[in-house]
Amino acid sequence: MLEIRSLSKSFGGVKATDNVTLDFADGSLTAVIGPNGAGKSTFFNLITGALKPDAGQILLNGLDLAGRTPPEIVRHGIGRAFQVASIFPSLTVQETMLAAVCADQRKAGLLHRRFPLAETRDRAEHAMELLGLASKRNRTAATLSHGDQKLLDIALALVLDPKVLLLDEPTAGMGTEERWRMIEKVRELWETQKITVVFIEHDMDIVFKIAPEIVVLCYGRILATGKPDAIRRNEAVIEAYLGTEHHAGITV
Amino acid sequence: MTELQAEQALEVPHEAKTRRNRDAVIALAVFVVLALLPAVFSSKLLLDFVIRCAAYGLFATSLNLLVGYTGLISFGHGMFFGLGAYGFGLMMQKTGVPVPVAFVATLAITLVVALVIGAICVRLKEIYFAFVTLAFQMLIHSTILSWVSLTGGDQGLRGGIPRPPFLGIDLSNQLHLYVASCALLVIGLFLMHRIAQSPFGYTLRMIRDNATRASFIGIDVWRAKLTIFVLAALFASTGGIIMALFVSGAYPEFAYWTISGEGIFINMLGGVTTFLGPMVGTVLLLILNDTVTRLTDYHGLVLGIVILFFAIGLRKGLMDFVVEWYAQRRNGARERG
Repeated sequence: MLEIRSLSKSFGGVKATDNVTLDFADGSLTAVIGPNGAGKSTFFNLITGALKPDAGQILLNGLDLAGRTPPEIVRHGIGRAFQVASIFPSLTVQETMLAAVCADQRKAGLLHRRFPLAETRDRAEHAMELLGLASKRNRTAATLSHGDQKLLDIALALVLDPKVLLLDEPTAGMGTEERWRMIEKVRELWETQKITVVFIEHDMDIVFKIAPEIVVLCYGRILATGKPDAIRRNEAVIEAYLGTEHHAGITV
Repeated sequence: MTELQAEQALEVPHEAKTRRNRDAVIALAVFVVLALLPAVFSSKLLLDFVIRCAAYGLFATSLNLLVGYTGLISFGHGMFFGLGAYGFGLMMQKTGVPVPVAFVATLAITLVVALVIGAICVRLKEIYFAFVTLAFQMLIHSTILSWVSLTGGDQGLRGGIPRPPFLGIDLSNQLHLYVASCALLVIGLFLMHRIAQSPFGYTLRMIRDNATRASFIGIDVWRAKLTIFVLAALFASTGGIIMALFVSGAYPEFAYWTISGEGIFINMLGGVTTFLGPMVGTVLLLILNDTVTRLTDYHGLVLGIVILFFAIGLRKGLMDFVVEWYAQRRNGARERG
């Protein structure tokens, strides 16, 4: 279980994350939404160690990970994919997966053996199959389409066998059809891998269609949490997204 | 096609072992060919040329471990070349220990110095890393110049470096020195190739491509960078030791920033995407240097034009160009077939 306790982070006078307390149950699928500048990506950056919190705790199964480095946090089981696909352009899909498994098995520093290691094959193969990248194994990451690069980014997080997977706008920069394909893939992964998935998304159709739980952030604070129906009717959420004059009769 | 793509095939353990053995056989064959060269060509100039290639080749290839494989553009890598030459020369002059002991001790000193300098530098990014390494090189160069009682100042280590025979090897004999240099070159290249093809080699490629992402898959980027910084320093230092043995001395120029500049130039000339690019670049630069300086006083101008040709004309090193051209030809033939 991932528990966030009183997490805060300020940049100068701006409170990007303001006393956030949240629980993500094991095996849950949660969407994090909020207007631009709400602090969604900062929230992810704090959980994954890209930023150090000013205060608060990040408890994964009771272990406080707040303030630890990204490699430490990854090793404890929190994986992450980025808003802009973060990949290794010169490596092939297969090399990327094999090298990531090497890192996870603490063999990234081995000098006396030749890459790739036989014991990394199965996991790398499994991740490529899961994300539908097996047929592109010999393509360098730089030559993949935008959608495939996003899938590779997710595969990179998934191949590490995380307990919690954080996806920062997995559908960013995609066309409508591609968005739905991607989000179906996310749901499929969540269902088959039985892991906790938290994703940031701007497309409300997608959020309300697939997320059983929603967290709404605004100005770094939690505006609302709950099921899609409750969030859809929440006046504070409507106001945050559309402004006070649109309150009556309009749903998010 | 890059070397990375050329190495794509997955291997089962016995295949990996076969490839390792194949590499060792190739290294041994290259050494035998080089060692037999004096039997075919009796030119002393050729032997001198190969010894210099060994010194600069090890230095340039080690620089490519930083530049090409890790994305760390060091402007100060030459300090370890100078450190090797001075460390070994001083050890032999002042202590009179056997050559192998001085060799190991020099590498140990290099390791300690590289650890300290690397721990400071590898935290820095891009241009800051480049210039702080340069600053350290200038610091070492200034120390050599000003510590006259130890280093001989701008005159360098005078009086020659004693090279007492050991295990039947007499490094004051040109032929023995030649064979020893070839052995060090081949062993050095073999080890560096092993590093490049190891899991650690791929960790370095990941760091070069995207260090942030590498840290998010659990890689300690700082430690990996420091490790390759130190390893590369050891190979550069070995190059410096060969040079000190060759000239029987050590001079401040060995630790001057121009050595690092030459290393960068060699890498540009030969190419950084293939393992042997820097070695090819070394041979090209030394041939250019030797011929151009004989023909004209304006050798700097000619070398400048050559740099411009590679940087602006080809936009890659010679080996990068050849490998890409070969890959295109092969793909073309495959498509036609």
